Amino acid sequence: MLKIKIALFAGFVAVAGALSPATAQEAHHNLVPEKQNWSFSGPFGTYDHAQLQRGYRVFREVCSNCHSMKFMAFRNLADKGGPEFSESQVKALAAEYKIKDGPNDAGEMYERAGRASDYFPWTFANPEAAKAANGGALPPDMSVLAKARSFHRCDWFPCDVSNALLDVVTQYQEHGPDYIVGLLNGYATPPAGEEIAPGLNYNLVMPGNKIAMAKPLSDGQVDYTDGTPKTAVQYSRDVAAFLMWAAEPKLEERKKTGFRAMVFLILFATLMWFVKRRVWADVAH
Amino acid sequence: MSGHSSYTPSNGFSRWLDNRLPIVRLAHDSFVSYPTPRNLNYFWTFGGILSLMLVAQIVTGIVLVMHYTPESTMAFGSVEHIMRDVNYGWLLRYLHANGASMFFVAVYLHMFRGLYYGSYKAPREVLWILGVIIFLLMMATGFMGYVLPWGQMSFWGAKVITSLFSAIPIVGDSVTTWLWGGYSVDNPTLNRFFSLHFLLPFMIAGVVILHVWALHVVGQNNPSGVEVTDVNKDTVAFTPYATTKDGFAMLCFLIFYSWFVFYVPNFLGHADNYIPANALVTPAHIVPEWYYLPFYAILRAVPSKLGGVIAMFSAIALLAFLPWLDTSKVRSATFRPVYRAFFWILVIVCLGLGYLGSQPPTDGTTFVARIFTSYYFMHFLVILPLLGLFETPLKLPTSIADAILAKTGSAAAMGHAAVAEPNTKG
Repeated sequence: MLKIKIALFAGFVAVAGALSPATAQEAHHNLVPEKQNWSFSGPFGTYDHAQLQRGYRVFREVCSNCHSMKFMAFRNLADKGGPEFSESQVKALAAEYKIKDGPNDAGEMYERAGRASDYFPWTFANPEAAKAANGGALPPDMSVLAKARSFHRCDWFPCDVSNALLDVVTQYQEHGPDYIVGLLNGYATPPAGEEIAPGLNYNLVMPGNKIAMAKPLSDGQVDYTDGTPKTAVQYSRDVAAFLMWAAEPKLEERKKTGFRAMVFLILFATLMWFVKRRVWADVAH
Repeated sequence: MSGHSSYTPSNGFSRWLDNRLPIVRLAHDSFVSYPTPRNLNYFWTFGGILSLMLVAQIVTGIVLVMHYTPESTMAFGSVEHIMRDVNYGWLLRYLHANGASMFFVAVYLHMFRGLYYGSYKAPREVLWILGVIIFLLMMATGFMGYVLPWGQMSFWGAKVITSLFSAIPIVGDSVTTWLWGGYSVDNPTLNRFFSLHFLLPFMIAGVVILHVWALHVVGQNNPSGVEVTDVNKDTVAFTPYATTKDGFAMLCFLIFYSWFVFYVPNFLGHADNYIPANALVTPAHIVPEWYYLPFYAILRAVPSKLGGVIAMFSAIALLAFLPWLDTSKVRSATFRPVYRAFFWILVIVCLGLGYLGSQPPTDGTTFVARIFTSYYFMHFLVILPLLGLFETPLKLPTSIADAILAKTGSAAAMGHAAVAEPNTKG
């Protein structure tokens, strides 16, 4: 048995050896985004509603100039477990937009003030218009962006496997918002000798290091009224939290339900264990 | 095993019904009085867990269908509608998506249990083959289900897998076009996958009934691998013994399942599938769902496309011939020390193939994948047939009752039987 174990171990080492040069070959120079402290991480995580309100502000004043968020309606801004604006605030926020509606009885399209039930309108009439205005690059829709972005902290064996297992055990699910914060703060001057084509920008976090979006956030750009520092880093965290909520608006409900389900199942399983033991007590097995 | 029925109708109505449709008798004989070996460990609870998962998938799936739109421009949005606007839609979708993974976790444990304890050997060959058919149907169902949200991985996964059929000589391209319902993966493909994704689970349910029927004819295998000789000494009634044990195991499994559903619901998926399908943008790295990864690694390990496809399908089809490839008369690995070592090597090779399937192909990963793929086939085609001829098994207990006595009786008598148990904790 010991010989087999030694053989297995030797095999494992050989395999790991065969894999590592392979991964080293294609090592890219991406910066791994830092882990942020999120109020919504962990089993009891909830959104910081003030942060979501600030994040919405950043989205509205900066991101939404180019990006759509088509699955989000103004009414959602008042939902429980979201930014929790009051109903009147939501009405006022929506009314600041002109929404194309129709056709009316005369068969004509018309513009009206936005209502709470409207979905977020997009600056551009269609993706082609968005591309034309953005040097040929289409700004992605932001509805589920925070779940559509991820990264690996390492890509060599067995670090990748152990990290994945650790993510399950520690419930680390915030790759998306961490990536967004990393990317928004990842703009840098390209290293000497690196050519950057016109219309592209150098970013340490973006895969391939080239991104069409110019650095969108700078200090003092968005006005905060609650005394939160008006820095680009703070904006990036707030908007990433807002995007996480947009992507996963039922996160609070999910985690709360999960806790109840877990308590119920663990109690039920414990009782079942005792029942099973009692039933089997008189039977050798 | 299916001896005479012990069911006695207790009142006038049940007597009346029993003479016309003995359905209560059937249920009683199958799930109450059915004799089950008393030495089963927790690896025998996965049959019940799998039935539970099939029901869970069908129930959540039926409700999801009420809100889902199988149309290429609306599918992605309808999934988001489920996540945002449908009452507990997020729960239904996460239960269903993670349920597929849990189904495969359970089926792989169930299959490796069968491999370890030789559950495929006579007289259980048909039972085993029906299991292989269920596994194939599950893979088809899971694959088509993953296409339905119409994200980037859905689309490109569908493209890669359906394109495999183009490797068939002469008719390959026509077959692929026929599968797609057009000249690329598009709305007709989504529509037919939706239809089949709805149909196949009911076919699975049908084969499961045959699987359970076959099981109840030949009886369960057990950790000692020796057949039941005396029903009174070797077995206990299904209810309450197996029901309470299976119930406890199911609850533990549900806790594991809930961890994923409520706390890391997107861990087993791929971030790219939250990007709507786009035929013009290929993802940097197309990977199938984790449960296909070992087979995906085998596919990529073979240098020729047709060869890869043949290897991948053979890797599954091979399992159906297992009852005749394994020449050993002894079922349980508990009494086959050499086979036991090879079993664990196979487990590691399968896990290794799974890992390699998840990695971008490089010279290093392809090299290792080729060794592992060769070993996988060697295990079934060379090692198993030869091992039965050369291996000297340990002394078998004369009966299940003896095996239990050896285990629980005295410390000296524990011997190999107890030491070799891979797991008694479940």
